[in-house]
Formats: sequence, structure tokens, C-alpha cells
Amino acid sequence: MDKTSKPFFLRYPSAMIFILCLAGFTIAVTIFSESVGNGIVSTSFLKTLGKTLCFCLVAIAMDLVWGYCGILSLGHFAFFGLGGYMIGMWLMYARTELIVLKASAGAALPLTPQELTDGIGTQIFGVVGGAKIPAIWAFADSLTIQLILVVLVPGVLAMVFGWLAFRSRVTGVYLSILTQAMTLALALYLFQNDSGLRGNNGLSGLQNLPGLEDAAQADISLWFFWASALALGLGYIVVKLIVESKLGNIIRGIRDDEARVRFLGYNVEAYKLFIFVLTAVIAAIAGALYYPQAGIINPAELAPIASIYLAVWVAIGGRGRIYGAVIGAAFVSLLSSWFTGGQAPDIPLGFYTIKWVDWWLVLLGASFVLVTLYAPKGIGGLFDKFGWGEKP
Amino acid sequence: MFKKLLLATTVLAAASTAAMADIKVGILHSLSGTMAISETTLKDTMLMLIEQQNAKGGLLGEKLVPVVVDPASDWPLFAEKARELLTVHKVDVIFGNWTSVSRKSVLPVIEELNGLLFYPVQYEGEESSKNVFYTGAAPNQQAIPATDYLLDELGVKKFALLGTDYVYPRTTNKILNQYLLDKGIAKEDIFVNYTPFGHSDWSKIVADVVALGADGKKVGVISTINGDANIGFYKELAAAGISADDIPVIAFSVGEEELSGLDTSNLVGHLAAWNYFQSAESDANDEFIKAWKAKMGEKRVTNDPMEAHYIGFNMWVNAATAAGSTDVDKVRAAMYGQKFPNLTGGTAEMLVNHHLSKPVLIGEIQADGQFDITSQTKEVPGDAWTDFLPESAVLMSDWKNKGCGMYNTKTNTCVQIKSNY
Amino acid sequence: MGLYVKNLFLIVLLLGALIGSITGAAFAQDGASPIQTLLQSHSKKLKRSSAKSIGPVIEAIRESGLPQAQNVLEKWRAKELWFRKSDDLLIFVETNDKKTYSLLDIATGQSIGSATKKEIKQIKPNSGVRGLIDGALVFFRLTDSDKAVRISALDSLGRDPKAAYLPIIRTALSKEKDAGLKTRMSRMERILIARFETDTAKRVVAIESFADDMGIDVRAALNPLLSSKVKVAMEAPDMANLARDIFPGVTIKNDGGTASEALYYEWLGGSPPELSMADAYILLVKAKLAPADVSIEDQKTALISNIKNGQVGGVAIADLNTDKARATAYRALVREDLAAETISVEEQHAVIEEAFFYGVYDQKNMDVVRAARTTLASINSKVSINTFFDLFLDAMSLASIYFLAAIGLAITFGVMRVINMAHGEFIMMGAYTGYVVQQFIPNYTLSIIVAVPAAFAVTFAAGVVMERLVIRHLYNRPLETLLATFGISICLQQLAKNIFGTQARPLTAPDWLDGALVINEVVSISWIRVAIFVLGILFFVLLLFILNKTRLGLETRAVTQNPRMAASMGINIDRVYMLTFGLGSGIAGIAGVAIGLFAKVTSELGSDYIVQSFMTVVVGGVGNIWGTLAGATLIGFLQKNIEFFNPSNTLAAQTYMIIFIIIFIQFRPRGIIALKGRAAEA
Repeated sequence: MDKTSKPFFLRYPSAMIFILCLAGFTIAVTIFSESVGNGIVSTSFLKTLGKTLCFCLVAIAMDLVWGYCGILSLGHFAFFGLGGYMIGMWLMYARTELIVLKASAGAALPLTPQELTDGIGTQIFGVVGGAKIPAIWAFADSLTIQLILVVLVPGVLAMVFGWLAFRSRVTGVYLSILTQAMTLALALYLFQNDSGLRGNNGLSGLQNLPGLEDAAQADISLWFFWASALALGLGYIVVKLIVESKLGNIIRGIRDDEARVRFLGYNVEAYKLFIFVLTAVIAAIAGALYYPQAGIINPAELAPIASIYLAVWVAIGGRGRIYGAVIGAAFVSLLSSWFTGGQAPDIPLGFYTIKWVDWWLVLLGASFVLVTLYAPKGIGGLFDKFGWGEKP
Repeated sequence: MFKKLLLATTVLAAASTAAMADIKVGILHSLSGTMAISETTLKDTMLMLIEQQNAKGGLLGEKLVPVVVDPASDWPLFAEKARELLTVHKVDVIFGNWTSVSRKSVLPVIEELNGLLFYPVQYEGEESSKNVFYTGAAPNQQAIPATDYLLDELGVKKFALLGTDYVYPRTTNKILNQYLLDKGIAKEDIFVNYTPFGHSDWSKIVADVVALGADGKKVGVISTINGDANIGFYKELAAAGISADDIPVIAFSVGEEELSGLDTSNLVGHLAAWNYFQSAESDANDEFIKAWKAKMGEKRVTNDPMEAHYIGFNMWVNAATAAGSTDVDKVRAAMYGQKFPNLTGGTAEMLVNHHLSKPVLIGEIQADGQFDITSQTKEVPGDAWTDFLPESAVLMSDWKNKGCGMYNTKTNTCVQIKSNY
Repeated sequence: MGLYVKNLFLIVLLLGALIGSITGAAFAQDGASPIQTLLQSHSKKLKRSSAKSIGPVIEAIRESGLPQAQNVLEKWRAKELWFRKSDDLLIFVETNDKKTYSLLDIATGQSIGSATKKEIKQIKPNSGVRGLIDGALVFFRLTDSDKAVRISALDSLGRDPKAAYLPIIRTALSKEKDAGLKTRMSRMERILIARFETDTAKRVVAIESFADDMGIDVRAALNPLLSSKVKVAMEAPDMANLARDIFPGVTIKNDGGTASEALYYEWLGGSPPELSMADAYILLVKAKLAPADVSIEDQKTALISNIKNGQVGGVAIADLNTDKARATAYRALVREDLAAETISVEEQHAVIEEAFFYGVYDQKNMDVVRAARTTLASINSKVSINTFFDLFLDAMSLASIYFLAAIGLAITFGVMRVINMAHGEFIMMGAYTGYVVQQFIPNYTLSIIVAVPAAFAVTFAAGVVMERLVIRHLYNRPLETLLATFGISICLQQLAKNIFGTQARPLTAPDWLDGALVINEVVSISWIRVAIFVLGILFFVLLLFILNKTRLGLETRAVTQNPRMAASMGINIDRVYMLTFGLGSGIAGIAGVAIGLFAKVTSELGSDYIVQSFMTVVVGGVGNIWGTLAGATLIGFLQKNIEFFNPSNTLAAQTYMIIFIIIFIQFRPRGIIALKGRAAEA
């Protein structure tokens, strides 16, 4: 195994190419951004790009759990959303706290801690017919704890759910449906006003960073874009290391024939659980980076359909190859925003005009079918034809 | 892929520099997804109004150009599209949004970029943004008068507040709950229930409401049930044989558009409260309906948010004419005190709290899906902060004189310049 | 009101009206009919038609004794009373073209000229006013010769029973020939007696006669007899109509106005004590039996108003950012007599301990109270049993809807292991087929009869096409069928939007499905739900028959158990797959018609049911329609039960149900009814 002696990037040229491309892309976008560059890339497009990078990161996680480990999870967007909620709680609380403190600066008496919390509660929950801060917001004033929770809450949920599911040998389509039920239950729970996370409204105003009121969105967007690019790069390397290690061989084995791996003496459940939890955590981190760029998170984000889209990205990009997931996520989400943005030209047929706003979803749906039927390797499969792809 | 992105970027940039001379009107209504059912109509209304204005010679000698985007009922997408409208398309004004959550989503963007949004739907209040004109009803222009109608005219003593579980029903019911308590209705005589969006299994809830009548008090339902869910609700009401004489239902989210989805012969007599009904008698209304039907077809109906856009758009045109510019700050200054005849025969006025003064109409559902107006008040000035909740009663909004949308009258301080998200 | 007084009243009224018209009212016609004159004297109130002020006007018309009174009231109620704008003359109108109206005199019905729409105005009584008019019309209509009119009069009487109705209902009762109506009238008479009769013995008899009657109107009559008020005193209460002793924070109020002790924890639910300690103290303050406490807000105001040199009560302002510091400062103010004393919780409780809290019946006559209490107790126990039965019916209905939505899926998923994400869209296609059929066949009954097979045909065809074109290529890749069918699902949904628009479309049930099957006053279920239930059973039996007794069924079962073996036995697997898929899709189409009938037809109809349907199949056990039945029943009943315990939040019910299902699958991963053997290894 002389391979191992070589440095990482030389061992895996595809990873090197990817990281270089990502770095080049980041630099190019920075140069063209409104903040430091000549402004060809508008802030709204910069946000779209930053969010797309987050999608790519969660798609990598999806690829690891589905493409490599064979678990078609239809619930990973739930972890993505939970990550967003955790960071959103801090963003919202801290920003509101500053507002309340500022408003009370001229008051006759200084605020007691109780009055401060009450003030924040009225501001945050007043719009959804409440006033009290629920117990789950106990740590919302601490960025450190909420950052830990970004990883911890989805991680523990994935751990409990995965442990229950894998332990009772729920596999295949059953598992898919069960994960779908999980995300539906979570979404329905969050939809309730009484859940303490502002129900249908969710958490909003997340693009404004507490204490940085004066920072322009052009700058903030660029920072988040860099953070997303960094996270994507790191995520890519981590996942690459995993799939190329012995662990990677085992999970591929589980994907191809679970029973055989079990007979070989491996604790299949533990491996699956590890991958499930790890990918949930990656998804949560992606979510925590995504929602401050989106500005708002609400339960609709966690609806089962979102997780299905995630699977679709990976399928279109090409399963079982990490860059495939990235390509799929970037390609489909950007195309989607192009078509629904009203920029795609209408096609007049004389008797009927095709408006892409109306027909984009039909096109998308049809392309899933075609990709599944005729190009099961997805877009990534095209790279194989050029001969420089890697073995899935 | 990266080349493609860059290409897309340059295309976008090129698109934004072309045709700078025209005045651009952004239309931010969902054309797909769950809200498309209501919002597509408003997009068409805006296109019609712009067309009419262009036929009259445009605005300030320029042609009005609509820029339509589709936020697809996806709330974060609303923020993204709003930013795109303001920075890429550089629109002068935006007409859009339906749900409160979508409005909360675009608020930070509009305030950051100093845009101008006209929001046409009845909402829960408790908000006032410098950059938003609320042409729909605030709670005191719909919910409170409607409740008074139930109390005084129909003699209702016991209330069932049924709503979809989201911010508008929650806040409205909170206000109404307090209002009813103030009116001497006992706590146990107020029944509250929330259901999910698109709920269809209503039998038990309807049975619960009927059972409320067991203590001999007249029961009334205040419904903030949203959208499609109403269809199942009314069908179940009809099936249970509940006539409007037994248990009247007054709805805040059911208009002509929603009724066109069901057979109303069993619902005759149930109520709705709005600021506009298609059946309002005025010449302006006849003309508006005629133009709408000519554009969209005989079967189409008009509704309250359409009137809100009609008033909002015309006020914006007049304010821009008065200011001699479409600059947001100048238009805003010119908006205060703008008057425009509404479609129900009175005059709407833009107040300094960015709300309109509008009449409140109560209509009874008729067999043909239209409403028979049985009560019409004088113009009621919209109130951003309700007087019926102690923490809001001390707040007022006055952008003209105080430059503040959340002004505490007790401490005489401005709580915050930006709005609550 | 005696006849004499009535006449006197009328004379005064007429005189008033006469004076009004003489002194130059807008209305200036000579020789106006008495009814016109009477109405004119109230013309302002009449035109406003507000329920708050219209009562006396209606009474005046009713008691006028004029022959046209009933007609005018009826026309007014039907919104057929108009007035001429020029002189306020009240009229009826007739029109042929909605442009010119011929005006009719309200007394004679003779034409008195014509006018355009702009010259006249309709008087629109709102439903509150119409209710009052109905109430007045009872006096005329309860003895009407038309039975339908008498029934509607009885209905209006029931909506707002008044003591004044007692004589008229007795008259009507003596004349009534129809046995059914007579029973209803006599029951209504007893309700009136229970509420308004002065003779105690008669009242008690009437009240006790209702022991088996669960009618909401009966309960509405009896419950007010047991209303009570909470009072407080420093000495033990001593009165005949004492309802209960109240111990703040301990006792709860029972239905009959009595009290009982109950343990209450907020997190456990249940009914809280009638009077909390805090409310009890407020009651004492209100009764001037205890001094008022100073609220936190008032304390703060006192602190602010006593700021001196940056200090309050010796504490620096900057330090007043805790409750403790504020309390210290406030105590200092109290010592200096600058603020009122606060009252500690212990002191409050001590006062409460010494006082007596109790409930007093509003009704003074204890015989009536006792009769009402026992009768209501008997009624209520019946009602609660029946409420449970009603819940049972609701649950059955929900289960049957889930069953119908899921059964098609159970077949395709069970036999072919294909996850058809487009199943929901087949349901939607069925519903839209129903809508389209109704556009062409206006007769609702006929259109439903046509729509059901049409929906089956359309979705059967769609299913077969999809199977041939897409699914056939993916049999060895079950997870990918999920993706492909999801693609088809969003395609179909968007196509439906493009074709039918985003508006909900009406799918109207025929008249014979209107209304509800009323078993008793509490238990009822709408006919549409009954029909869906029957449809569910029908399909269940039909499918059992097809699977167990036909050749196709035999082949299907063989394929379910072992496709390769089945193929080598000469079964044409392709054909079996195609037909099974068509059948499953076809049933989804019929389910669509049913769901559209009771809910709505929109392009999103399918997606509302898809996850639920999958869970039904998985919980029940794959590949077995008995399993689907079990799954649907379990889910339906579970959801209704959770709803029952948490009536104000339906959303929570759905969440808990799904969590339950996730946990359930832990223990029975193969569902309630699991296949055994090779078929289980999918």
C-alpha cells in the first residue's frame, strides 16, 4: 500500500481538483463581489451562491449516507433545518436583547433581569401571540452553547432515531419511509405555535448579525460565502478520507450486501449509526451556515419534500462520487432559481406560450425520471467517459 | 459549471443596465406553491392596473414596466427575490406578499435597502415598518367590528375562535380574547381551536362547537381558517345541518375567490367581514369589475386584497406625481394624507402610521357565491398597534411627525426604528 | 298584555304617527294606509335595521292587529321591502329587467307607479333582525295551515324561547293534527314550562320529563336554571339556595353547581380549581374585606416618583436592577410613609383562610334546582357515553378515508415492492376527473355515478402507462423507483395546476348525500362519510375476492411470494405487474372522487395523503390488505383519541400520532400483520 505514503491531495487527484476549483471559484466571486470587487456579482446573487455551497455540503452528507452506505434517508433536511433553528435562536435573541437594552437606555430605572427577559419575550413572541420565553430558549443568549447545540441536537436526534431504527433492522424502503415520517413529525411539531419556536413564522431577521448593525449586507454575505466555501472544502476532505479508508470499504460493503458484512463479523448497526450521525451533523452545520444567509427559517423548510429534493440532487449529480453530489446540488438549485426568477425567456408556440414559471417543475420532474431511467450515474457519470473519474 | 455561473452573472448585470429609463414596478406574489391559489390573482390585478395606467400615459411621462418574479410560496425565497428586485432589477416600488410570514421575511431586506412595499392583505397588526404601506385591514378594521356585530346584532354570548395555526389567527385571537373579556364575556365562554393548514377532517370540531350551545347561550364562530381548509369546514357545517340562524360563522379569510371553490347554497347567511365586497354598489366598482372580467373572463370574481392593490397602486401613482419622482423617500413623504376614492363609495386616506382608513363591511353569503352587504361603517382609521393588549396599547406609529413606527407614548421614547421580524 | 292595554297602545301609536305625518315628515301622501303610517313612524329605525333598536318596531307591527302585518313582516324578512328615496314611501317592487321597477303599495299590493334602480333602495335586515322578525312571526305562523310554515315557526321559536310563546303554543297544540309535529310542539311546550312557568309543581314535572332527552335545546333550557354566582363573606353562609362551599385552590365546580375536591397538576391536564388563591384574594379586596396589595407595576411607579439625588430609599438608581434591591428600596419608602404597605403571600393566605367562599344559585326555587340537577345529571351521563360513541364513528370514518387512500398503495407496494410517490397524484387525478365529469353532466347524482368508473378508468390507464414506461425498467432498483415516481409526482401536480389553475375546484355531492345520519342528538355522521365508509368496505371485500378467488389474485399472490418461482411456473409476470399496478392506481382514482366530495379538489390534494398512506401501509404490514385495514383503523382511532384529549390543538394530535408510529415500528418492524417466509425478505 504505497498509496498511503503519499500526501492526501496526490493520492486523490479528484479531491485536489475539487479543492482548487472551489478555491478559484471563491477568489473569483470575491473579486467580482460588491464588497471588495467590482460588483458584477450582486449581493443577492452572492447570497444565492453562498446558499448553494451549503446545499452542496448537505448533498455531500447525503451522498455519504446514501451513495456510499446505502441508507436512503428522506430526513436529512430535518437535521439541516434543526441546525438552522439552533443558530437562529441565538441570532434572534441576541439581536433583540440589544434592541431592548437600547430602548430602555432612557428609562428611569435600570432593567431587572426579569424585565429584560420579559422585554425580549414580548419582542420575539409578540408577533405570534405570545409574550413569554419558552424553556427551550434557556441558552439562547450564549453563542457558544448554541453553536454546540447546532451539532448536539441533530446529532442526538440522529443517534436516538438511528439506534432505534437500525437496532430493529429496519432497512430499505421501510427506513426511507420512517425517516420521512420523522421529518414530517418534526415539521408538524415546529408548525405548532406552542412549540416555542414561533410556529409557522419560524425565526426571521437572521441576516442581521447582533452587534454588527452597521455592517453592510454585502460584507456579511461575503463572510458567510467564505465560511460556506471553507465548510464545503473541509466537508469534502473529511468525507473523502472516510470513503477512502477501511471504514469506507466496510460501508460500501454494507451498501452492497449488508448480511454478508454482518457474517464477516462486523457490527453493521454501529457502522450505519456512525455514518448516520456524522452525516446528520454535517447537514446541521450546513444548515447553520445556510439560514443566516437565507434570513428566515420556518417549519416548511423541514417538510418531507425538501429531503426528497436532496435525494434528487444527489441522484442527478451522480451517487457514490462526492463531486457528483456537489454538481447535482449546485446545478439543480441554481437552475431552479434561474427558471423561477422570471429570467428564462418564454417560448411562444403560436397557439400556446410556454411560461417557465409554470413549466419548470414539469421539466424538473421529467428530468428526474429520465436521469433515473437512462443515466443512473447522473451527471457525474459523464466524467467517467472522459476517463478521469474515480471509482464509486 | 463555474464558467456557467460567471456567464449567468454577466447576463444578469447586462439585463439590469438595459431599459433604465422606464419606471419599474416589482410584483412579488407567489405564482406556484400553496399560496399561488390566492396570489396569482393579485399578480394579474397588478398587471391590469399597470396596463390601465400606461394607457393613460404612464407615470411622469415614463412607461411603467412590471417585473414579475415568483417566490413560489417559499418564505426564504421571498427575501431573496425582494433583494433581487431591489438590487438587480432596481424596481421603484414593490407590490406583493400575502402571508404574514412572507412579509416578515422580506422586511429586513426592504428596510436595509430602503425599498417600498405595498402589502394588500388583512393582517394581525403589531407591526409598523417605515418601508411598508399596509393597504389591507388591521385588526381594528376587520376583527373588532366583526366581533361587535356578533355581540350586538346577533346577540352572540359564547364564542368559538377557530383558526389555522399560524401568526394571523394566533395574534387576532389573542386580541379578540382580551376584547371579549373586556366586554364581559366569561373566560369559559371562549373556545379556541387551531388546525393545520389544509385541514380536512372537521367532523369532531364542528360537533364540539355545536355542543357549546348546551348551556343556553347563543354560540357564534369567528373563523380565521385559512385557504383550502375552509372548504372542508363549510361542507361539514352544511352536513351537520347548522344554519346561520343557529350558529353564525363570521370569517376573516373567506372572500369571493374562496367561495368560488364550493357550492354555497347550504352556507347562505354565514358572514364575512372585509373592507370590500364585489357586490358593493358604486360606479368605480362597476368599472373595475368590468375591466377585470374583460381581462380574465366572465367567471372571475373580485375581492378585498384586489381593492387594496387598486387603492395602493393609485395612491402610489398620485404620490409619485405629486413628488415629481419615484424616489422612495420623496414618495413616502407624499403618501401621507393621500386620498383616493375606494370601490365601496367612500374615500381612503393614507395615515401617518402607513395604514389606510377604510370602511368595514359585513356581508352574508348568498347562494350565488357573492356577499350581501348588511352592514357598512364609516371609514375606520387603521391602527398598527392594538388598543386591546396592554403592552401594545402604549405604542403608536407616526412616521411623519415622530419618524418612528414603535413609539412608546408612556415613556415618550422610540422603541426601535426597524420593525420586529 | 291584556287586550285593552294592547288597543290603547295601538291608539297611542297611531296618534303618534298621525302627528308625525301632520308635522311635515318627509312622507306626505294623503290617505296613506294604516300599515304605511305605522311603518313611517319608525322609518328611521326601519332603514337602519339594527338588531339593537329594531325590537320595539317589530313588536309594534305584530301587535298592531292590522291584516297586512304578517305579510309586511314576511316581505321585510325576505329583503323585499324597499323605500323610495324621494319621499321615504315604503313599497314592494316588481321588476322584469332589473332596470325599471314597478312599485307596489304595501297595503294593497296595487301598482302605484314605477321607478329606476337609482330612485329606490332595498331595506336589508341583517340576520339578527331577521331572527327577531322570525320570533314575531311565530305568533302568526305557528297556527298556519301549511305544515312547512308551522315547522319553521317552531324552529324559530326554539332558537329563542320566550315566556310570551306559552299561550300561542298551547293554542297551536290544541289545533295540531299532525302527530309528529304535535310531539315536537308538546316537547317545546315542556321546555317553555320548565323555563317560564310560575307553578312550581308543573315546572318540576316538566323538568323531570326530560331525564332521557339529550337534546341540546333541553340542556340549553336546564343549564341556566343551575347558574350560580361566587360570593365571599366573613361568616358562614346561611341561605336556602346555597350551591356549594368553595375552598380556594382546592375545590372544582361540578356541572350541577356543586363542588368537589380534585387533585390538579398543570402538566397533567384536567380541570383547575374554581378559584385560585390569587383570585380569591382579589375577590376579598373587591368585597372590601381585605386591603389591596400593591402591584409590582405600582411599586415601580412609586420608586420612580420618589427618586431623589439619584437615589431611592437610600439605594442608588444604578443598583435597582434586581428585584431584591427594588424591594429593599420600596420597604424604605414604606417606612418613610411615602408608599403603601405591600401584603405578603402569607398574610393573604391567612385572610383567605378566615373567609368563607361559596356559590349561590341564581334560581331561588330550590325544588326547581333539585329537579334540574338530577335531570341534568342523568342527561349528562348519557351525553358522555354518546359523545364517546360519536368519537368512535368519527374515528371509523377517518380510518375508512385512510384505508381508501392507502389500499391502492398497499397493492402496488405489497406486490411489487414499488414505492409509488405519485400515488397521491393518482388520487388527485381521480378527484379532477370527478370535477370534469360534473362540468359535462350537471345532474349531481348521475355525474357521480359516471365519475366513479371514469376516475377508475383514467387512473388505471395512467397507472398502466407509468408501469410500462418507467417502473418496468426499475424493478431491481426499488429505491430508484421512489425517485422516478417522485419526478412523475411533481410533473403531474404542476400539470394539474397548469390545466385547472391553482383555485380549488368544486366537486359537489348529490342531494341525497347532503346532511347527516342522525342517530340521536349527540351522535351523528354526515352521509358523505357514511358513503366513503361503505365504499371502503366495498373495496375491501372486492379486493379480498379478487386476490383470493380469481386467477389474477392467485397469480398476484404467487408473484408476491416469489416472483422468479412464479415466472417459472408459467405466470406472465409482466402482465400481473401491469394489471396490479393499474388496479392499485384505479382504486386511488376512486378514492380521489370520495375525498374530493368531502374536502376539496386542488392540485395539492394528493400530497396531503401520501405520507399518511405510506404509514398506514407500513404500520399495517406490507402485502396484505388485512394489514392495511388494521393500519388504517389503528391510525384513525389513535388520531381521534389524541384529538379528544387535546381538543384545542389538532396539529399536536398529528405529531404525536407520527411519533407513536415511529415507536410502534420499533417493536413490530414488519407491521401489525406481517408476512412470513420468503415474501418478508424484500
